Amino acid sequence: MQTKNIMIVGVGGQGTLLASKLLGRILLSKGYDVKVSEVHGMSQRGGSVVTYVRYGDKVYSPVIDKGEADYIVSFEILEAARWAEYLKDGGTIITNTQEVNPMPVIIGACEYPKELEAKIKALGINLDAIDALSLAEMAGTSKAVNIVLMGKLSKYFDFTEEDWMTAIEQSVPQKFLELNKKAFLLGKEA
Amino acid sequence: MKKLMLGNEAVARGLYEAGCSFVSSYPGTPSTEITEYAAKYNEIYAEWAPNEKVALETAFGASLAGKRSFCGMKHVGVNVAADPLFTASYTGVNAGLIIGVADDPGMHSSQNEQDSRHYAIASKIPMLEPSDSAESIAFVKEAFEISEKFDTPIFIKMCTRVAHSQSIIEESDRLEIVQKEYAKNGEKYIMMPGNAKKRHPIVEQRTLNLINYAETAWFNRVEEGSDNTVGIITSSTSYQYVKEVFGDKYPVLKLGMINPLPINKIKDFAAKVKSVIVVEELDGIIETHCKNIGVTVAGKEIFGNIGEFSQNLVAEKLGVEAPKGVALNENIPMRPPVMCAGCPHRGLFYTLKKNKLTVMGDIGCYTLGAVAPLAAIDTTICMGASVSSIHGFNKANEGASDKNTVAVIGDSTFMHSGVTGLINIAYNGSNSTVIILDNSITGMTGHQQNPTTGYNLKGDPCSKIDLEALCKSVGINSVRVVDPYDLAECDTVIKEELQKEEPSVIISRRPCALLKYVKHAGPIKVNTDKCIGCKSCMRIGCPAVSVIDGKVKIDNTLCTGCGVCAQMCKFDVFEAVKEA
Repeated sequence: MQTKNIMIVGVGGQGTLLASKLLGRILLSKGYDVKVSEVHGMSQRGGSVVTYVRYGDKVYSPVIDKGEADYIVSFEILEAARWAEYLKDGGTIITNTQEVNPMPVIIGACEYPKELEAKIKALGINLDAIDALSLAEMAGTSKAVNIVLMGKLSKYFDFTEEDWMTAIEQSVPQKFLELNKKAFLLGKEA
Repeated sequence: MKKLMLGNEAVARGLYEAGCSFVSSYPGTPSTEITEYAAKYNEIYAEWAPNEKVALETAFGASLAGKRSFCGMKHVGVNVAADPLFTASYTGVNAGLIIGVADDPGMHSSQNEQDSRHYAIASKIPMLEPSDSAESIAFVKEAFEISEKFDTPIFIKMCTRVAHSQSIIEESDRLEIVQKEYAKNGEKYIMMPGNAKKRHPIVEQRTLNLINYAETAWFNRVEEGSDNTVGIITSSTSYQYVKEVFGDKYPVLKLGMINPLPINKIKDFAAKVKSVIVVEELDGIIETHCKNIGVTVAGKEIFGNIGEFSQNLVAEKLGVEAPKGVALNENIPMRPPVMCAGCPHRGLFYTLKKNKLTVMGDIGCYTLGAVAPLAAIDTTICMGASVSSIHGFNKANEGASDKNTVAVIGDSTFMHSGVTGLINIAYNGSNSTVIILDNSITGMTGHQQNPTTGYNLKGDPCSKIDLEALCKSVGINSVRVVDPYDLAECDTVIKEELQKEEPSVIISRRPCALLKYVKHAGPIKVNTDKCIGCKSCMRIGCPAVSVIDGKVKIDNTLCTGCGVCAQMCKFDVFEAVKEA
């Protein structure tokens, strides 16, 4: 099997690392070769963050390059726009519609671009947009945006709900398990 | 059982499996997790040292005592540890000693892009360079064997993409290593001229022996290809990019040991192919070696020596069509890292900016004080440089800058190498004002304990440096503490201390807002009827505060209720913050 590429992008602090951990676990359990690349350190502090998940028979590079991603899961719509160039022809972007103003916008140095959903779609990209923040809050906490989006992503894969639930159990603390399972299902049904 | 493991965790796993029982490191991205994971094994004693020099000397002591030891740091940390490094090369070891260094090509989290392979060559210490997590474990185990067999410290060199990528590993059991006996041996361990003169030829012979070893060692391997028009010599993460682009097309010489490099192995490889290309990030270390031994190669004239590589970059440089995506035709605002909502550094930096001070900066989260709208920092070089350079700046200005210049440095960085600069200020007498940003943790690298926090790496309580007493004891008479959430207090104290005709230390004290034990008041409430949209509150650059359609809006998912924004408001828009 040719290597498949999933990018998880967002704003530092939104929980992208947990999402990649979850994906890594489930892909490993299916017998794939897997590589997951993260960025730690300075860019975690509210900056634009990206995590790469690659799987297949044999994976060499830990990173995903422009025009290579089968899926981009974006935690914030401006980040979906920023990383759209990394999508493969025919790939899909799954995005949270939430807007988080970056500092240049907050201080008025530039404007937050308008109608990003339409502009991304106009490139011929399959865009699957949901209000993951509201769904996460419905599940019990705004912090569950990552699991809501994983629920949405799960619709594009053949793995069973049980596969996903097992991976969630291995990735989140016991006391938040029910909340995260609920968030996953809300995302899946959205 | 197969597991996905981060490269740095795999180094720690390798340490465990190799029977390592002593770790002393200083945190620094992308090396920090090695030591954090090592500390999770009960069989390994692990500690954070105040800086890399102390860490290496400590690990050297443990090696001398007969235990397999490790010392981890980022690339710039080797600059700090260079002094013991070069001479430990002469003494060699008792039990194995590994120095783990993580480079940061592309500077994701660093102030320069130095290539630490130069240090291996300059100090005549062997260096292994893994290219994924499985190799990280295997190379660490091999490194201890090499260290003991050849009587030398040895480097394990990581880079961001190997350190911070997870790939599949399999775990093995720990080797039970018996502590070696220490025997007094002055000729080997006392490096005064007479002895060092005798050790230097031994070091040179050791390198020759290591070159022989490198010729046949398993980790320098040739992977055959189907097309011998080109042969590629590579290592580390560059190997992964080459294989990603070419698969099994061209023969590849994959080098696991970067110092010393083999001679015959490279010549034999080159003889079987029409032309040789070296693919390596940053400087042309392998390339220069090839040219020195008379092998014609291409390398840096194709790839340059700046930044990270990727599969597309390797493809394009070598004439292979790379995939291209479609970019949005839109001006997408940058999203640089910022100080977190509730960060205690914010109020202090606002005060510095408001008073239009010249600010000598340092290395840590607070380097973000350089970013707009605070933009309050003038220089950042390396750890400790703020305290030393303000002294030189003020001395050279002969009093003209004393009243409008400060140095800022974090608690961990002050322990690392700021205190020596402060001693110099007191000793050589400049009227300098140093602000210690004490947030009770090493922040930027992800919350490591340090000598000012009262806890050690394992989280156990330990002695806690009294910063006020320390500063006074080196000769600073005026030492004051401020709460950076209190803008008026910060402003008054900084003005007063700058006016004094003596050196001062101001300790700006508040724990990092991200620490789990810190209780927050919760999102601040606003009365938007009173808001006239003057944007005064936005001058502090808090990510939780914006003004939308002429009214302030608080992001409740971010706001901690620190109340600094409220102190900016003249119209009573913000409700009073209750202490949590």
